[in-house]
Amino acid sequence: MRRREGEETVASRTITLNINGEERNVMVRNADTLLYTLRGKLGLSGSKPGCLNGDCGACTVNVDGWPMKSCLMLAVEAEGKKVMTIEGLRNAPIQQAFVKEFAFQCGYCTPGFIMNCHALLEQHPNADDKTIKEWLESNICRCTSYIEIEKAVKSVLRGHSGGS
Amino acid sequence: MDVIGKSVIRKEAADKVTGRAKYTNDFQSIEMLSCKMVISPYGHAKIVNIDTSKAWKVPGVIAIIAGKRYPLTGEAIRDRPPIAVDKVRYHGEPVALVVAETPSQAKTAADLIKVQYELLPVVNSPAQAFQKDAPLVHERLGEYKLEADSYPVPGTNIATHYKIRKGNMEKGWSESETVVEASFSFAPSDHAAMETRCATAEIVPDGNIMITTSSQAPFMVKRLIADYFGEDMGKIIVRTPLVGGAYGGKASVQLEVLAYLASKEVGGRPVKLLNTREEDIITSACHIGLDATVKLGVDRSGKIRAAEIRYLWDGGAYSDKAVDVSRSGAVDCTGPYDVENLWCDSYCMYTNHPYAAPFRGFSHSELSFAIERTMDLLAQKLNMDPFELRYINAIQPGDTTPTRVKLNKSNVGNLRKCIEKVKELFKWEEGAIKEIDDRFIRVKGVSCSWKTSTIDTDAPSGVILTFNRDGSINLMSGVVEIGTGTKTILAQILAERMRMDVDNIHVRMEVDTQTTPEHWKTVASRGTFMGGRAVLRAAEDAINQLKEIAACALRAPKDDLEVANSRVFLRDDPSIGLHFKDICYGFKYPNGQTIGQQVIGRGSYILRHLTHLDPETGAGKPGPEWTVAAYGVEIEFDKRDYTYRLIKACTVVDVGNVMNEKAAEGQVMGAMSMGLAFAGRETFYFDELGRVLNPQLRTYRPLRYGENPEYLVGFVKTPQLDGPYGARGLGEHGLMGMPGALGNALSIASGVSLHHLPLIPELIWRAKEAVK
Repeated sequence: MRRREGEETVASRTITLNINGEERNVMVRNADTLLYTLRGKLGLSGSKPGCLNGDCGACTVNVDGWPMKSCLMLAVEAEGKKVMTIEGLRNAPIQQAFVKEFAFQCGYCTPGFIMNCHALLEQHPNADDKTIKEWLESNICRCTSYIEIEKAVKSVLRGHSGGS
Repeated sequence: MDVIGKSVIRKEAADKVTGRAKYTNDFQSIEMLSCKMVISPYGHAKIVNIDTSKAWKVPGVIAIIAGKRYPLTGEAIRDRPPIAVDKVRYHGEPVALVVAETPSQAKTAADLIKVQYELLPVVNSPAQAFQKDAPLVHERLGEYKLEADSYPVPGTNIATHYKIRKGNMEKGWSESETVVEASFSFAPSDHAAMETRCATAEIVPDGNIMITTSSQAPFMVKRLIADYFGEDMGKIIVRTPLVGGAYGGKASVQLEVLAYLASKEVGGRPVKLLNTREEDIITSACHIGLDATVKLGVDRSGKIRAAEIRYLWDGGAYSDKAVDVSRSGAVDCTGPYDVENLWCDSYCMYTNHPYAAPFRGFSHSELSFAIERTMDLLAQKLNMDPFELRYINAIQPGDTTPTRVKLNKSNVGNLRKCIEKVKELFKWEEGAIKEIDDRFIRVKGVSCSWKTSTIDTDAPSGVILTFNRDGSINLMSGVVEIGTGTKTILAQILAERMRMDVDNIHVRMEVDTQTTPEHWKTVASRGTFMGGRAVLRAAEDAINQLKEIAACALRAPKDDLEVANSRVFLRDDPSIGLHFKDICYGFKYPNGQTIGQQVIGRGSYILRHLTHLDPETGAGKPGPEWTVAAYGVEIEFDKRDYTYRLIKACTVVDVGNVMNEKAAEGQVMGAMSMGLAFAGRETFYFDELGRVLNPQLRTYRPLRYGENPEYLVGFVKTPQLDGPYGARGLGEHGLMGMPGALGNALSIASGVSLHHLPLIPELIWRAKEAVK
């Protein structure tokens, strides 16, 4: 770490974060957001900055089972919590569904959308239209028409209700 | 056709759903410095003083650039200092750059730079800019360096004036029984790609300038930086990984220049410049605004006899690509209708607004709002079905375009078929208006559009194919993957031509101007058309080489050989043949002797016969072909508070041929979504100082999940004979008709003619109040 005397007015310290099932030690300033820490300190660039004030949802991760916009959470607030990023999501049905339904184009909003959809499907495996809308309207996709994303989510919903 | 038309999964799909897909800002290194802009808080102001003393005291600050004169930049007109000097011309204009070790240090220092301004009178609309006594945005307009096809008028705010003069206006008006004239306007807005623009630059000791950028035009970055700063073109290496949405907004070259200057200032060390959302909306180029007046005359049968059109484009503070947008607006000024007698003035105006980039549709969604609203006013006056009026005037083979290009069955699609199909999909026969109850009414609005792609007359596209030793092929094209899936479609075109499995074709997603053959710019729906033609030629080249080697090895004439399933074989006995893996690096006999050589396929393409336009009449061939489309939008309108809900949006486009069905539908639906947002809610709100009041995604609101209507997509397939497998451009067309169709639906529903965008309830209320 390059640091100089008096470089920061904000204090820094080393914290331990549980990211994708691994304990990671990382030096953060108290002012560092979780998003900045994930991308800049841990090399997890799947979470995307889009607005840095919670408007777009491109940085959505999963914290203790709930979707969280990582630009709105400080890294120090994530201590003691289980954080999952898109890199920690492997072969989830929603990922396959996104591919199958062409639910992305440029792909920039996709990690955030998938993390949000994944949490939705875990919390509400039989979500109705209203619930899906409530959850997904927090993210912006500028390329698709949202119909593709709706189809992807619903294809996994049906799978859940039919399979279990 | 085995592969063309199939919904082949995108080549980069797995990367995109796992977070592994990398965009410009995802590349970071420990030594990379961070650059931050100081931007103008005003629309028009003199820079009196810049005090950087406090900023220099922030630890980690390495350089500050302010008040330094660099060569002027720009495309058609070199009118833009990369960093403002003397005065600022728009809210958001870069005034200073800070380079520091970390982003937070750079931001802290940038916030401490004190700039003293003296306010100047603001030009807040193109109509105001056009007035004789308007303040001048550029006092030295006559001294700027110009490209061909730009005609600035010194002493005014006119960056360029394009003229279309066709037929005989006197005759046209005398033959017109019914005339309608109307004016329309809307302010600039934004592309709002989810990835904000980002550029990094490094100048390495051998002098190579390494740039990485989220751009639709990496080859243009190379050319322009060489040209602006006298650098050797071969030493500029521009890399573009995946791009997170572009829609035209990333065709302008801006941050790359700033990153280059910043790196130069710190001895060539690597520097990153990343737009915040707010900077991305106002500092970087935006979506053009327009003030338009349209006058149409028709004879008794409803046939248009004359049209007089004036477009005042809001090019903003710098002309950049707005000159070309204004030209494109002149080229297709009438919409997709046959107009024999035509007079059009298309002006690119300077204002004190953020400057304009191309926007998906490149002037066509904008002019289409003006034309299609006027067409509906005309239909009302004639008491005619709005589709019928469009049908009888629809452009057809044998007609000429505004710039007098003679149309034929190949270079224009079939608009009448599009109209017929939209009527069917949209259940037009059920009627345009349905009263739900006292409060709610459902209304359908319609529109049509057309578009050619006005690109440089010598714009190239190139492709290189190399082989792996297992016989699979690597496809390298300069097309940037901006989200449209074009590179997957290029692989499909190659697979179709080689009659092989598309899974055995590997596509390089990243573009690097040193090793990827040039594709001019990934704009204007030209990727599939031009890149596809280059792929076909490269395939031909590779097949020829493979056959030559196989002919020798099989002791058979080349003419007797066929290629399929990654093999070259005898036409009359396919069992006798060789797999690509045995010939793509030459054929080796058992004793080791080898004949032939490594097979490298090369292909390139330039559109034929494109010309500049005659400055007095506009005559000339600006583009290769015209894609046509017809649209419908259905809304449910609340008569009590003028709110409305989008029910259905429908587009039928003559695509020539469908390359990848799901990708094509996705392009059209996504474009409709963007068009409805542009028409219904997106705009910049300016105050009297020219400040944009809503540069955030909570105040500038694209459509969100659940706000979308049901989408209906239909395709007509009139092959473009020069296109790869008959394909026409597609990426922009779903958008272009939405503002007109939505405006028409809401005008009928509200009972008042609507002439502005965005179509928010307040606008409808104001229009209602005005006629009370």
